[in-house]
Amino acid sequence: MKKRALRQKLWSAGLILLFFAGWEAFCLISGMSDLILPRPSQVFVTLWQRMPILWPHILQTLGTTMTGFVLGVALGVLLGAVIGVSRTAYDTVYPLLIGFSSIPKVAVVPIFVLWFGSGTVPAVLTSLSICFFPIVVNIATGLATTEPEMEDVLKALGASKFDILWNVGLPRTMPFFFASLKVAITYAFVGTVLAETVASNRGIGNVMMSASSNFNVPLVFAGLFILAGLGVALYVAFSLIEARVTGWATRKNDLIAA
Amino acid sequence: MASMHVKSDTALYQPTVRGLAAGTPAVPAIELSQACVTFGSGANSVPALAQTSLRIAEGEFVALVGPSGCGKSTILRLASGLVKPTAGVVVVGGREVAAKALRIGMAFQNPTMLPWLTIERNVMLPLKIVEPYRSRYRQEKDGAFRDKAHALLAQVGLRGFAGKYPWQLSGGMLQRANLCRALIHEPRLLLLDEPFGALDQFTREELWAIMQELWLAHRPTVLLVTHDLREAGFLASRICVMSARPGRIIDDAAVGFARPRSIAMTFEPHFVALNQRLRELIVDARAAPSIEEGAR
Repeated sequence: MKKRALRQKLWSAGLILLFFAGWEAFCLISGMSDLILPRPSQVFVTLWQRMPILWPHILQTLGTTMTGFVLGVALGVLLGAVIGVSRTAYDTVYPLLIGFSSIPKVAVVPIFVLWFGSGTVPAVLTSLSICFFPIVVNIATGLATTEPEMEDVLKALGASKFDILWNVGLPRTMPFFFASLKVAITYAFVGTVLAETVASNRGIGNVMMSASSNFNVPLVFAGLFILAGLGVALYVAFSLIEARVTGWATRKNDLIAA
Repeated sequence: MASMHVKSDTALYQPTVRGLAAGTPAVPAIELSQACVTFGSGANSVPALAQTSLRIAEGEFVALVGPSGCGKSTILRLASGLVKPTAGVVVVGGREVAAKALRIGMAFQNPTMLPWLTIERNVMLPLKIVEPYRSRYRQEKDGAFRDKAHALLAQVGLRGFAGKYPWQLSGGMLQRANLCRALIHEPRLLLLDEPFGALDQFTREELWAIMQELWLAHRPTVLLVTHDLREAGFLASRICVMSARPGRIIDDAAVGFARPRSIAMTFEPHFVALNQRLRELIVDARAAPSIEEGAR
């Protein structure tokens, strides 16, 4: 079992290395200009050299993303709980929610800029508005799919709505919640970078934008690598928390019952 | 039978004497007086239960049998307070609001154990909800309450499984745990909706015996909905047969076999005769168009 997991990890790492090696080889063989596609080795060197300048931008993007994400989660959980518990609220709010979520978020950034000026605030709002929707849907689904029999058992005992929510609804929702967190954190990144490219003077999105207008293509790719790294790191962090909190939902193979 | 459908003011609120078949004492645990249930309204309304009167005495074990969709579960839901009668009165434990009136335990065909809790915690769930246990839950959950759960689990043959999670147990084991959960708070009324329906023959018979033992030990009032006529005859002290939808009670008879009953008894001639009689009643009920439909 353990051996298999280790081999799996080695294969994954191998594939990543192969990807970069293939990229490097392709650029060298085809004589591709680094104005179009820089070699990964160039990108890593740029990343290393520019790190002192890049670092504040990384913190800026990370901070903006986390703020938007936390606010988005709070709003999403609240809205999801209301929608999931009450059928009426579900039917009333859902159409509006679908309407909001189907607006491409790029289109919203100029409005946020109009209201709050360029900078951190529109970025936070963009990442918030893009990441809260999967949370709402997952929380609402988790709550709405509670087995009716389980509810009947508790209601017959005289349990209040809150009792049912606390003992059955919320724990049941946890796997859905964490699954949505992993999606939401990547969405939040998209939102932040989007707003930073359009209207900001700080953050990785802005760095990439100004680098591309200066034809500093290796730096553009360096920004891309940073975003990928941050995204993966946060995804892993939430996966670890998820495994701890909702281990019950991922069944083990070692069945004990005789 | 037609007399049951005469709507007169004096007939309402007057309990029928059907329950007397089993020698009902004065205080009934459940009393349905001309209760009927209709789901939906207007043209889309579906009658689930025709005017039904039923009295169940404290400590009785009543089985409800009948063709599927006849409203057996509706009677159960009336008794638990999950459904309110469209007309008529349902009194449970001397009051109209069921859940507050007396402690109720429920078990369905689907054991619905919470997957994130161990079996022991699942069984203890009602203690977390129902007074007087609720206020002491924090202090006692690792003491007296856990011992109580363990004792009950041992009684149904689940000794040593208290710390396991639901997915580690088989269907039959989960159903045993389900019974424990329905009984842990010492309910005075136990409502069972085909709790053994999804089990294989042998597990089912084993659980009948366990159910009988538990009933003899705790003596709650039990209302059991079942499709299995052998199950009804083996467990119940009284069997009510219902007609096709919208259901009415068409037969109500005491089951006199001495307790404890054995599985072997269910193959003896007088038991088989009872089974056959019930079977014929239900076959007739399925074939006959219901009175309401005939009137249209």
